Amino acid sequence: MPSLPAIMKTTAARLTALYLVLFAACALALVFYMTSLSSRMLIAQTRGTIAEEVGGLAAAYRRGGLPHLVRVVEQRARQPGANLYLITDPNGRILTGNVESLQPGILENTGWTERPFTYRRFGERSGVGTFLSDEEAEVQSTPPQHSALAMVVKLPNQMLVLVGRDLVEPQRFRDVVQRSMAVALAMMGIGGFLIWFFVGRRALRRIDRLSEASRNIMGGDLNGRLPVSGSGDEFDRLSENLNTMLGRIARLNEGLKQVSDNIAHDLKTPLTRLRNRAESALTGKRSTREYREALEATIAESDQLIRTFNAILMISRLEAGKSTEPTTEVKLAETVRDVVELYEPLAEENGVALTASVDEEPVIPGNRELIGQALSNIVDNAIKYSANAAEKPQVTVTLTADETAVTMSVRDNGPGVPEADRERATERFVRLEESRNMPGAGLGLSLAKAVMTFHRGVLQLRDGGPGLEVSMTFPRKGAPR
Amino acid sequence: MKILVIEDDREAADYIRKAFDEAGHTADVAGDGESGHAMAEDGSYDVLVVDRMLPRRDGLAVISELRAGGDTTPVLILSALGEVDDRVTGLRAGGDDYLTKPYAFTELLARVEALNRRGISKDVETQYKVGDLELDRLAHTVRRAGRDILLQPREFRLLEYLMRHAGQVVTRTMLLENVWDYHFDPQTNVIDVHVSRLRAKIEKEFDTPVLHTVRGAGYMLKAG
Repeated sequence: MPSLPAIMKTTAARLTALYLVLFAACALALVFYMTSLSSRMLIAQTRGTIAEEVGGLAAAYRRGGLPHLVRVVEQRARQPGANLYLITDPNGRILTGNVESLQPGILENTGWTERPFTYRRFGERSGVGTFLSDEEAEVQSTPPQHSALAMVVKLPNQMLVLVGRDLVEPQRFRDVVQRSMAVALAMMGIGGFLIWFFVGRRALRRIDRLSEASRNIMGGDLNGRLPVSGSGDEFDRLSENLNTMLGRIARLNEGLKQVSDNIAHDLKTPLTRLRNRAESALTGKRSTREYREALEATIAESDQLIRTFNAILMISRLEAGKSTEPTTEVKLAETVRDVVELYEPLAEENGVALTASVDEEPVIPGNRELIGQALSNIVDNAIKYSANAAEKPQVTVTLTADETAVTMSVRDNGPGVPEADRERATERFVRLEESRNMPGAGLGLSLAKAVMTFHRGVLQLRDGGPGLEVSMTFPRKGAPR
Repeated sequence: MKILVIEDDREAADYIRKAFDEAGHTADVAGDGESGHAMAEDGSYDVLVVDRMLPRRDGLAVISELRAGGDTTPVLILSALGEVDDRVTGLRAGGDDYLTKPYAFTELLARVEALNRRGISKDVETQYKVGDLELDRLAHTVRRAGRDILLQPREFRLLEYLMRHAGQVVTRTMLLENVWDYHFDPQTNVIDVHVSRLRAKIEKEFDTPVLHTVRGAGYMLKAG
């Protein structure tokens, strides 16, 4: 068992204690209110009974004078559970009644007694027909004093009549309420403890298990997951959500690792080349011209490195999706014409016929620069690969649009990409076997794909029959994120 | 040309200053935004090269303040951030050109020289003349040694940009930016092919070359 302060640190224990105090306070207030209200009601009822009784006695007195009154009182006083009756002469001597003694001073004022008073009933002094030990006799010798409420009336001949009613009932009622209150409070305490024990401690233990599992994961067990009990309650839902999150983090982490491996590999190669070139330029005696050439080659190599580096950064930013690249209305037809115009001389030099087929003038929200760059990359690739075409090399850029999407596609008649490789072709640094001897860093298609992701579009590689068809499909509605 | 380089990386700043000196310019270096602002305010510089992230005062804030004070000295912003919209915010803050780190010094030099030219003549001329090569923007004609040369619209714009920056190195990126209005690194040799086409038209039947290739940097249009 944990120590008390440790227990009090748990939410369950704190809540239990708080509820206990609140409920006890409420119960106390309620009990107090009920007892005071009901005893007031009982007293009012008692007074009513007494007043009725007094009215009855007054009638008897009027009918038959004192003797009749005395008779009626004696008769009533003998009944079981009778009220209190007492008739005294002006000097306070008891004439008749069922009261043996009274708290002094009660008979001095007529009317209602101001507060409940104590009295002793007639004949209560000793046990009836029972042998008592001395001790018991001692107890019995001071019989219980009752408390009562009464009305004192003075008769015309100065004699006093007291009619009262015992207050034992309201007292008993109050006792019952007080006792039940105590029981209720005790049960509440026990209940609170039980709730804490079964619910709080159970929840606590599950939270402890979750904490431990997360500590293990933090400690390096990245494949670890939080326990799920299978009950489908809040804890399970929390665990499931956290597990989904952990899964996503793990996948991202895996992706990141793969990318950094690729980056390390593909940046190392040109860096090594760069270093070797500089080193070989330094060994042996060379002419100024040779030094110059070596330095120029070094610069060209580092420019290529910078280019690769920038492309990697750009892809990561676009894929991270939090990029704030400005978006405007992009006239895709213009972009297609621009890029075709830009690449036309290069295509011609490579003996490739580059043509554009634009039927529509769609406008989409997006980033003109990014789309232009993506299309350039694809056209660049197409020109490179169609140069190996069996027939006359040809590259066609087509722009089509319907109500839901706009598609730019670039089709070449080169050797194409086998279906199995198409998915892989858009990954970073992937250069399919057949293209190992081509210039470039293998980032063109990845960048185009990232640009399409940024525009909520898709990049697809298809069989161009022969050759390859790369299509960029933009949704018509909805701005890029 | 007098250049102020506001850059907190000492080593980079020293290298830039030395390189500018070797290229025949004078460069001063300020190590933070505040002293850079103070030095720039005296107004004797032809071009400012401002790093975006500076201690004590952000590069963009320095530029905004200078512009608010009526200073029109051309500014080139250097940045390591390099998102497309960094360029936009940089230019909006009052920069005239933008270069992302890491960059080649030749690129920086070419752009700074291009900016300086703009600093001297605010107005774009209607006629350019380099040796015996003439270009008339309004009449849309190009002549060399009195003979008309027919150019495609894009070739015309390419030549116009080269002539406006005659005697200066113009990089491929600068050409893609100013002639095609795209701000990315041109892949392979697209720009070279355009330039060689243009070169064929303006040099083929003439004895002297005017459009020179500057190795490792770009191109330069120069008479003789």
